[in-house]
Amino acid sequence: MTDAIIKLTAAEIAAKIASGELTAVAVTEAHLARIEAIDEKVHAFLHVDREGALAQARAVDEKRERGEKLGPLAGVPLALKDIFTTAGVPTTVGSKILEGWIPPYDATLTKRLKDADVVILGKTNMDEFAMGSSTENSAFGPTGNPWDLTRVPGGSGGGSSAALASFQAPLAIGTDTGGSIRQPAAVTGTVGVKPTYGGVSRYGMVAFSSSLDQGGPCARTVLDAALLHEVIGGHDPLDSTSIDAPVPPVVEAARNGSVAGMRVGVVKQFRGEGYQAGVVQRFDEAVALLKELGAEIVELDCPSFDLALSAYYLIAPSECSSNLARFDGLRYGLRTGDDGTHSAEEVTSLTRAEGFGAEVKRRIMLGTYALSSGYYDAYYGSAQKVRTLITRDFEKSFEKVDVIVSPTTPTTAFAIGERADDPMAMYLADLCTIPTNLAGNAAMSLPCGLAPEDGLPVGLQIIAPAMKDDRLYKVGAAVEAAYVEKWGHPLLEEAPSL
Amino acid sequence: MTTTTDLVSYEDALASYDPVMGLEVHVELGTKTKMFCGCSTELGAEPNSQSCPTCLGLPGSLPVVNATGVESAIKIGLALNCEIAEWCRFARKNYFYPDMPKNFQTSQYDEPIAFNGYLDVQLEDGTTFRVEIERAHMEEDTGKSTHVGGATGRIHGAQHSLLDYNRAGIPLIEIVTKPIVGAGERAPEVARAYVAELRELIKALGVSEARMEMGQMRCDVNLSLMPKDADKFGTRSETKNVNSLRSVERAARFEIQRHAAVLSGGGTIVQETRHFHEDTGSTTSGRVKEEAEDYRYFPEPDLVPVAPSRDWVEELRATLPELPLARRNRLREEWGVSAVDMQAILNAGAIDPIVATIEAGADATSARKWWMGELARTANETGTHLEALPITPEQVARVTALVAEGSLNDKLARQVIEGVLKGEGTPDEVVEKRGLKVVSDEGALTAAVDEAIAGNPAIADKIRGGKVAAAGALVGAVMKATRGQADAARVKELILEKLGVSEG
Repeated sequence: MTDAIIKLTAAEIAAKIASGELTAVAVTEAHLARIEAIDEKVHAFLHVDREGALAQARAVDEKRERGEKLGPLAGVPLALKDIFTTAGVPTTVGSKILEGWIPPYDATLTKRLKDADVVILGKTNMDEFAMGSSTENSAFGPTGNPWDLTRVPGGSGGGSSAALASFQAPLAIGTDTGGSIRQPAAVTGTVGVKPTYGGVSRYGMVAFSSSLDQGGPCARTVLDAALLHEVIGGHDPLDSTSIDAPVPPVVEAARNGSVAGMRVGVVKQFRGEGYQAGVVQRFDEAVALLKELGAEIVELDCPSFDLALSAYYLIAPSECSSNLARFDGLRYGLRTGDDGTHSAEEVTSLTRAEGFGAEVKRRIMLGTYALSSGYYDAYYGSAQKVRTLITRDFEKSFEKVDVIVSPTTPTTAFAIGERADDPMAMYLADLCTIPTNLAGNAAMSLPCGLAPEDGLPVGLQIIAPAMKDDRLYKVGAAVEAAYVEKWGHPLLEEAPSL
Repeated sequence: MTTTTDLVSYEDALASYDPVMGLEVHVELGTKTKMFCGCSTELGAEPNSQSCPTCLGLPGSLPVVNATGVESAIKIGLALNCEIAEWCRFARKNYFYPDMPKNFQTSQYDEPIAFNGYLDVQLEDGTTFRVEIERAHMEEDTGKSTHVGGATGRIHGAQHSLLDYNRAGIPLIEIVTKPIVGAGERAPEVARAYVAELRELIKALGVSEARMEMGQMRCDVNLSLMPKDADKFGTRSETKNVNSLRSVERAARFEIQRHAAVLSGGGTIVQETRHFHEDTGSTTSGRVKEEAEDYRYFPEPDLVPVAPSRDWVEELRATLPELPLARRNRLREEWGVSAVDMQAILNAGAIDPIVATIEAGADATSARKWWMGELARTANETGTHLEALPITPEQVARVTALVAEGSLNDKLARQVIEGVLKGEGTPDEVVEKRGLKVVSDEGALTAAVDEAIAGNPAIADKIRGGKVAAAGALVGAVMKATRGQADAARVKELILEKLGVSEG
């Protein structure tokens, strides 16, 4: 029974709960049992909220018994990235500096999930403060990729992607500052969407880089991602950067997948050195498939994209150096050296020295330097200009095409430890995802096969203009359906059983 | 605290140098809620009872701009004759301090909401001095720290510190002048007059009570000296948080003398912040700024730009009240008082009460007499504001009306005022309870006069003999007999009548 339940999609679970075929409690228990059985090996979760999840599930069942109308995801379990605050439930952001902190408030996204009766199973592992592409930067140990536990599940949202790929949850939440939803989705054979910047509230999402951070849905199918997108999206008066417009019709698009007559762009900058042969092969096949499905393929030149990584590694660290200043050991979280012999300033310094990991410190220092007077124009100022150029390249491209496609990440999942000492190699994992964050538009990653050389998942990235998130789902659903037909089953069926 | 600073006399300092001043004034806006969250700004609440995730800087929290704060900032900008930005952003000012929850202050940097204005201020002798305004920008206040156990009340040496975040996030407007040059020996007076005029302006706009003693308005005095023939400004000192008008003037004066002493002794001024001490009227060194502090300003990514439409700005301009200086000049003419007297009325905080008293029916002279006399004295003695006295302008007007109709004389009126202040009720109730009516019963008065004449035959004879001035003694006797309730002028008339003499 458990095995059957955990393989269901979110849409199927919701339908079965609504019809009375399954209870929300049974669904939640099945997933909690799965977590108990395998998460010791995967380490997707930092905190499992067994009691909270069961209470939410019971409430859904009671609602149904009372004959109340249930929402489209009522009773469906979800794994929440540990970057969103949850009142009364620990929120660590993968950092020792927030170990033991219990937030007094719910993030807007958390609240919307609860209001929609989505059952929050627990909080998932992540690179500390979402800085990384492997989840190895978590202060609480790495997460294994369910396809090969010696490999990384991507990052920063590796806990969420691994939870989906190992059937511990049918839905998950990620955040994407430079690719932290899409790259983990790509290397685990799951679906992840970075909505348009401002499409999902950031209130209660611990900030890494405010102008780039964007929460979004993670799932095993395009439709499930759309259903989740609709629940968490939409204007929030508590987030000034949230867009005051209705959520694009993502569910409708996901139910009506098609690329017929669409113009699909392929950017020439998204290939070349550093791209794994098998990744390029599967991507080229995906382009061929799109053509077969009726799309017109258009080659695009976006020269500014070559500068994206450099600009990103000035803007994101600059904002993070300021956003992370509040972790000073005085009001919450870790406090080191408070033994009567140290001044307040020393306590702050000792706390930050102990509480932050190496990558976080590297970025704080980088950002502090980039914002310094005398360097601001050369670094932060120039990076903002590059950002404008990238936005213009996208704008020009979207005059010619409806969506752009690319590999999500240049390689398949690398081995745990392989790039840990080489930050530059790690940063390259986000080569194809970063331009979208800098421009603020929307993108999705979905599986497009296994690389022939290592048998690991390859992700196809679809990029749409801002507030045209529905196009991602329209194209994604068509591609997904074509692949499932071609393979005879969803890609995850081929993952080793855990 | 003793100061070892040598000073040159003020006159000598001004003989060789020209002072250049820059004044930075912070005003706490009187909005109901904080600048970036919905917490109350009410003063005097339990520490940390007015806080939320946003103003505590909890992880994940985000700011939302208070529209009333922006509106107030624009009003101030307009009243200061500034241009209002069509598009501007907030910026983060990054530095670590425990009373700042995010360890950055959300402020404005190179894109202030208002810029390029001026404020005309009036000096004690009635001359006008124009102070140019560089900018006015929006920012948030910090929390308040109380350092316990240190000798100086500063964080260094303290055993522990108490932090109250109720103030954190209260909207502030920082108003910065351009360098004030050419004030010469009157520089300290200009500084004081500027801060005073600004305070009046802020109050008139209704955007803050601007009470300096409550910290709602705080002034930094930046000062440097340049030799008379120089064309480059000297190095400045920054005297922080000077919190009364008198202190602003004294701090400027002290710094002029101190700078002059250092410079004429061949020394150089160190760019540093300084603390002003009310008790000695002197300043002492705070922290030395070896290089300009690097606040790593950058545009606040959590907020969208503020872009006030021109229509809105013009709407706000149309709602501006008559500005204080113009109003004072108008009232001065209406009341017929001198510039110096008007300055005294302003300093006493008596303008609004006098206006209200006149509006309640009193004549200008009487209204002014009461507020600047009896009532100013009481306020002074009790250390309160005129407007905080337990008497209303309407009540003062009623007293003047009673005097005008002859029911009270001056002496009785003072007693009525005293009764009202003591909480004995309205003027009419005090008159009633204390039995304070001028005796106008001619019969009773005549009897009292007869009695006085009979009791003082020698004086009566003198009067009969033409010494009209001697009547004063008899008037005194009648007044005594009637416990002051007689109309002294009528008494004198009666006495002279009875004794068959006339005043002429």
